[in-house]
Amino acid sequence: MQIYLPIADLPVNIFLVLGMGLAVGFISGMFGIGGGFLMTPLLIFIGISPAVAVASVASHIAASSFTGAINYWRKRALDMALAMMLLSAGIVGTAVGVWLFTKLRELDQLDLVIGLSYVTLLSAVGGMMIYESLRAEMRTRQGQPATLRRAGSHTWLHGLPFKLRFKRSKIYVSAIPVWAIGFIIGFVGAIMGIGGGFLLVPMLIYFLRVPTATVIGTSMVLTLITMASATVMHAATNHLVDGVLALILMVGGVIGAQFGVRTGQKMRGERLRLLLGLLVFAVGLRFAYELVVKPDDLFSLRHVRNS
Amino acid sequence: MMRRLAFMALIAATAGGIAPAAAERLVVSLSNHRVAVTSSFVGEDLVLFGTVEPEAGKPLQRSYDLVVTVTGPRETLRTRRKERMLGIWVNIDSREFVRAPSYLAILSNRPVGDIANQDTLRRLQIGLDNFLLPQRIGPDVADTVRDDPFRVAFVRLENQQGLYRESGIAVTFLTPTVFRAAIPVPANVPTGIYAIDVKLFANGAMIAGTTSALEVIKTGIEQYVADAAVNNGLLYGLVVALMALFIGWFGSVVFRRD
Repeated sequence: MQIYLPIADLPVNIFLVLGMGLAVGFISGMFGIGGGFLMTPLLIFIGISPAVAVASVASHIAASSFTGAINYWRKRALDMALAMMLLSAGIVGTAVGVWLFTKLRELDQLDLVIGLSYVTLLSAVGGMMIYESLRAEMRTRQGQPATLRRAGSHTWLHGLPFKLRFKRSKIYVSAIPVWAIGFIIGFVGAIMGIGGGFLLVPMLIYFLRVPTATVIGTSMVLTLITMASATVMHAATNHLVDGVLALILMVGGVIGAQFGVRTGQKMRGERLRLLLGLLVFAVGLRFAYELVVKPDDLFSLRHVRNS
Repeated sequence: MMRRLAFMALIAATAGGIAPAAAERLVVSLSNHRVAVTSSFVGEDLVLFGTVEPEAGKPLQRSYDLVVTVTGPRETLRTRRKERMLGIWVNIDSREFVRAPSYLAILSNRPVGDIANQDTLRRLQIGLDNFLLPQRIGPDVADTVRDDPFRVAFVRLENQQGLYRESGIAVTFLTPTVFRAAIPVPANVPTGIYAIDVKLFANGAMIAGTTSALEVIKTGIEQYVADAAVNNGLLYGLVVALMALFIGWFGSVVFRRD
């Protein structure tokens, strides 16, 4: 069944889009990520212009992360204080990112920067997660308890001033790395048109030693707020949010996220991280392939303005 | 409002049928002047009917040729070319096509190259190769030679999207003087006013011409959403964000098990 999208200006198959929402929603609920890094390329693949895809995906991510956040809230598996702290720096990062996004688009180098950021971040983060979770897996096999909170695992990050205590996460860290992470997530998210959850989760785990129990819920709260505000900003400035597309994606995403959350909670932390690592790494490789291999078409079009 | 007025003016021009000095008159009619984009819009084919009225008392010319050129609302696009730099493919060079038609269809009863000689086609801008597509080159705006790589790529990319096309079989003469032309309106066309230019040829020379127009508009929910998004961006964004929150909350309530 075809339905015409009023802002994207083209018809799409409603069941195809719904299915994409379901699949990405499942993954987002399972790993506590927004799933923008999967959804945006999928929408572009079915012919929706990148600008509309990025803007509409923001609202889809907001919906599925809200469902996820409510679930984690009920299970008391999120750290509101930490989320708010990250958010305060994230807003600054987003503003800087949006500014750079516009500049790069004018210079026709946005695709390149997005491609390079995807390759660098995704393969680095994915590789690190695969390595770390495989090591944990090995340790479990040898009969040692798999834990990330090893004695003496404090790094130089823990020596910084302005220490804050986050009770729910049971961590005592300096505000500086928390702000830095928030800023990076906001900045990278705006440039790459993604929520940044897949970056945030490992950063919180590896740098701040946030326990797996609260990390996903906390990341979802942050994703929810950044993506809801991104929706409003995109709609107010570029008029590119397609409400009909967003609605179909949301319905699929919310249902998918429900099943994702349950599947995710049945799995062990290391196993979950290994899967996410593999997924992230695969998407990174896909982007690397696109940059290195000669494209089928060297030419591309971009709308400058209607006249 | 201005758009509507311009549209009316174009329709009015149709009725008159602007004929040059030659004696033949061209009368055309479109199956539908308005293409409504609804939620189930997947493209549409319009039909242009017409007849050639010969001058009274003069015998018919042996055979006529007809070229219909449909141009959509103008827009400016940039064509970019990737080159290899440090092992990766990067957009290095680009050209801006100024006020190019967003839709361009050149429909005729046989390939335009057979209808008239190259000079005539060039002068009348008939065919994708001969249509003026000005590029911004430094401070100047000018069309380039037809085999300019950026021009070729631009036409090819638009053609792949179904927005630019040239067909030598889209016009059919039902009798020596009555013809019909099928105008394809694909689903991805932008809204706005489309100008239709009809030219009649005989023995390689243009002998009559007329114009018409059609309008592509959004209707119903499509129009409502599109208008809201453009005119009340902030409010629209807030509504979409609230819709996201509502659906998110609703999902968690519906699927709650504990």
